[in-house]
Amino acid sequence: MWKIFIAVLAATVAAQLFIESHPHFAVERLFAWNALYGFLACGALILVARALGLLLKRRDDYYDD
Amino acid sequence: MISHPGLVLILAAAALAPLRGWPRAVLALAAPAASLAIVWQLPEGIHWQTRWLGMDLVPLAVDRLSRLFAIIFALMAFGGALFALNQARRLELPAAFLYAGAAIGVVLAGDLVTVFVFWEVMAIGSTLVLWSSASPRAYAASLRYLMVHLFGGMLLFAGVAAHVLDTGSTAFVAMSIDNVAGKFILAAFLVNAAAWPLSAWLPDAYPEASWSGMVFLSAFTTKTAVYVLARGFPGTELLVYVGLAMVFYGIVYALLENDMRRILAYSIVNQVGFMVTGIGIGTEMALNGAAAHAFTHILYKALLLMSAGSVLLVTGRRKCTDLGGLYRSMPFTTACGIIGALAISSFPLTSGFVSKSMISQAAADGHLFAVWMLLAAASAGVFLHAGIKFPWFVFFQKDSGLRPPEPPWNMRLAMALFSALCIGLGIFYEPLYRLLPHPVDYAPYTGWHVVAQLQLLLFSGLAFFVMLGWLRRTLTITLDLDWLYRVAFPGLALAAGGAFAASLAAVRAALVRSSVPLGAGARRLLGPGGTFARTWPSGSMALGMMLMLLAFLLSYYLF
Repeated sequence: MWKIFIAVLAATVAAQLFIESHPHFAVERLFAWNALYGFLACGALILVARALGLLLKRRDDYYDD
Repeated sequence: MISHPGLVLILAAAALAPLRGWPRAVLALAAPAASLAIVWQLPEGIHWQTRWLGMDLVPLAVDRLSRLFAIIFALMAFGGALFALNQARRLELPAAFLYAGAAIGVVLAGDLVTVFVFWEVMAIGSTLVLWSSASPRAYAASLRYLMVHLFGGMLLFAGVAAHVLDTGSTAFVAMSIDNVAGKFILAAFLVNAAAWPLSAWLPDAYPEASWSGMVFLSAFTTKTAVYVLARGFPGTELLVYVGLAMVFYGIVYALLENDMRRILAYSIVNQVGFMVTGIGIGTEMALNGAAAHAFTHILYKALLLMSAGSVLLVTGRRKCTDLGGLYRSMPFTTACGIIGALAISSFPLTSGFVSKSMISQAAADGHLFAVWMLLAAASAGVFLHAGIKFPWFVFFQKDSGLRPPEPPWNMRLAMALFSALCIGLGIFYEPLYRLLPHPVDYAPYTGWHVVAQLQLLLFSGLAFFVMLGWLRRTLTITLDLDWLYRVAFPGLALAAGGAFAASLAAVRAALVRSSVPLGAGARRLLGPGGTFARTWPSGSMALGMMLMLLAFLLSYYLF
């Protein structure tokens, strides 16, 4: 499964070489920008969620008295 | 005489209540179909108009924006009714039709008074849908839900009254938030949009509905709010920030959630956030994007909730920690859930791709770099929390040992219909674009756009599996702002009540203490044998009277 997944990931990055680019902003000119940004954004979101979880997580019978 | 598509559903709700068996099923499907047919044929313009209490009322008016929403609401009522045909609770479907009919009433209203009336009917209909679930938890949640929405209705009433006083007109047109009326009306709309920080009612109440009830609930309240925001407050900058807050709130809370339908509830807030952001940007492209996204969102969110509802019906379980591995015995439901998950993630060839990208495009066209970057991060986050997390933990993950059967035929048919629409609109998007409020000059399928979106989503998927250990489900909930009215305010009220009772007791004790010497003094003066109770000779009274008269005489001469 992992091998197929990684092959697909590589293919989407490689596809960028064969198409005409229409960047809206300068940052999109970086190679594989969207791949990098998607990965980092999700990593950051997971970290934020984890930090918030430490503060706000309660047992799920918290409200049942 | 043109009939009103919303009233058709409301009348059908009344007629459905006593029916059973096949007549009920026929009416349940025929009524939304009739409503859809009527909406489709309504020409643009004002159809019903009257005066009442000196106000101009326009209960039925159609333009491109309202027709788009009325079409999707009628379509949703049809799909939801098909899915809910085997629901044993007989209150639910009439309640859902009342709710759907009122939602159509809001979007076809040409004046604010009519909007207010249908707004309140919607609150009642949705509360009845929650009640029909008939569990104590659902009942408690429904009361909190009703409290929030009656509060929102009060804000709307105050705002509409102020607006009519200010302008002398009831017409529902674009408003400004510079005056009190606009602020109240906007606040009321944002309550129903589940805008952060007024969002906690949604994940609190909706997941307590029955397996079919939440399918209806997901569609109408928040999307009528999107409609009224698009009509009343397009281009209001505040909405950009509110929308972005909703987008990230939804993702983070959904990542922490264990209950499969609460994940999807947070995801509603997230998706409505994209629409609210689009309305805040306010260009034709952005408003088209918000409207199109509302349309496609209703379909794929209903599909996701149908797959979750099927799982709930056949397993009786709702927590990710109790589920997993269901693809073995429920391949059809799994496939439909995955189609919904791909559509919500805006995968190419699904409906989400052709709608959400217009909002990002509008941000890019307006050179709103920060907004555009945040929307891209949020798109990746949608795949994370709804696109992978929901199907992974429910249908794959570990083997929970459960081998439930597929749900009944009507539920499978409803899921097949909505799956077809999710993919169909992703490929043949022109009919949807033609329905949008403004002319569309946008081509979603450029090679660059497809590749950029695939990179963004697939690497977000990589992040999910790399960091899976940190996403492991635990038997927890995450505190939200409903904590304020479920724990903090009642606690404060109890504490304040306790303090009040304590201070009352202290005052009472002080009074008792001070009254002991007071009583003794009074007894000395007035008691038997006291000064005032003694018998006095009548001569001493005559003397007293004479002294007083003398004093009066003296003062008369002297002053």
